[in-house]
Amino acid sequence: MALQSLDIARRSATTTEAPQVRETTEVAKLIDVSACIGCKACQAACMEWNDIRPEVGNNVGIYDNPQDLDDKTWTLMRFSEVEENGKLEWLIRKDGCMHCADPGCLKACPSPGAIIQYSNGIVDFHQENCIGCGYCITGCPFDVPRISKADSKAYKCSLCSDRVAVGQAPACAKACPTGAIKFGAKEDMVHYAEGRIEDLKERGYQNAGLYDPQGVGGTHVMYVLQHADKPTLYAGLPEDPQISPTVALWKGVAKPLALLALGATAVGSLFHYVMKGPNEVSKELEEEVEREDAK
Amino acid sequence: MNVSRRGFFKICGAGMTGSSLVAMGFTPTAALAEVRQYKLAHATETRSICPYCSVSCGTLIYSMGDKSKNAKARIFHIEGDPDNPVNRGSLCPKGAGLLDMVQSPLRLTHPEVREPGSTEWKRISWDEAFDRIAKHMKADRDANFVEKNEAGLTVNRWNTFGFLASSAASNEPGYLTHKVLRGLGAVAFDTQARI
Repeated sequence: MALQSLDIARRSATTTEAPQVRETTEVAKLIDVSACIGCKACQAACMEWNDIRPEVGNNVGIYDNPQDLDDKTWTLMRFSEVEENGKLEWLIRKDGCMHCADPGCLKACPSPGAIIQYSNGIVDFHQENCIGCGYCITGCPFDVPRISKADSKAYKCSLCSDRVAVGQAPACAKACPTGAIKFGAKEDMVHYAEGRIEDLKERGYQNAGLYDPQGVGGTHVMYVLQHADKPTLYAGLPEDPQISPTVALWKGVAKPLALLALGATAVGSLFHYVMKGPNEVSKELEEEVEREDAK
Repeated sequence: MNVSRRGFFKICGAGMTGSSLVAMGFTPTAALAEVRQYKLAHATETRSICPYCSVSCGTLIYSMGDKSKNAKARIFHIEGDPDNPVNRGSLCPKGAGLLDMVQSPLRLTHPEVREPGSTEWKRISWDEAFDRIAKHMKADRDANFVEKNEAGLTVNRWNTFGFLASSAASNEPGYLTHKVLRGLGAVAFDTQARI
């Protein structure tokens, strides 16, 4: 019997195996940047569903509003004006958690159960277990999680895990009026993207392609980009995202080595105790020292 | 507490062994996690139409409780209606944020009147508002109704009056609005969405 509504694939700082026999459908959200008009319905729907309302900000002369992701802004339209092929292009990318198959945040997290990866691909933060250390921010190759000033806990997009668990699409995908955000099985999303890419190529975007970076094992939020050869055009989308070498070193190599060293010390001490026994002072030596002290 | 040198080393050794075992995964932490509870599970779902623009997208309005006698309903979530052919579940940013309009402290919830020459808005009852509107309409129509044009052709026009209909009206209320106003001879009317 399952004690959770979604099967768990991985849980931060936990060595116990999660039940992994059942195979659930891998889901994905596909964001077709070429169909996005930047209306921000996704942003509004996200805030409404997740009961978060960021502070009303100020206009600083750009359309990005708010200007950055924060603990109450889990998705954000980022507007980039670029010149490509002698034409001005207004590229609008919906930023937010990419739900990596190999999540850097989860690897970096030292708190058991604060970050969960479900078997359907969703990477979710569980604030009740979060200790607010911010390692997830260091671990994230996309700079997505944000620590709240109110409760010092990390927040980010949950891919509406509560909606997906009951068979619904995430709030952003449901709201999108142009159909730029699609949600479904990852396989179907890749197939749909292929059609869009073909269409874009016919329209002259020779380098159109799917953004599903393999450096993090692929993602469960994918983009259709007009210029897939230059993802950095889209408000600095990383070309080949990787988990930071510091996190990989500490949690990948250093951690087991350190544990081994700790274990070896404990075992060594035990052997020393068994073979040599406690370091006892003989009666004679004690008396001799006492005699010397008395002088 | 008095701890001998030997006792102190024993405590240290036990502590290190214990923490090493924990770090090596010998503590059985259950690999469990639960998603946030689905907040609409037993909410009352009501079909409605977004009031903002003339597209008239279908919405699903979710309110607390099951309409039982002692539960006061309150809207706490609104999303698009997938069965409405206009929007098939999607909404624009204004529609997606409808909840905050419904619950806005600035929302007008009763009729108000600003008398000629006055700078103040005065709260009136719905009955009073309907009476005043009807009287104004009748007076204006009696004074300005055009039955025949210059050529003597029957036209039945009421050109001095205009009407703004609700953009939340679907096909049927739209038909009724049309019938009533054309029956009165009104020429100028539109949806409030285009103000």
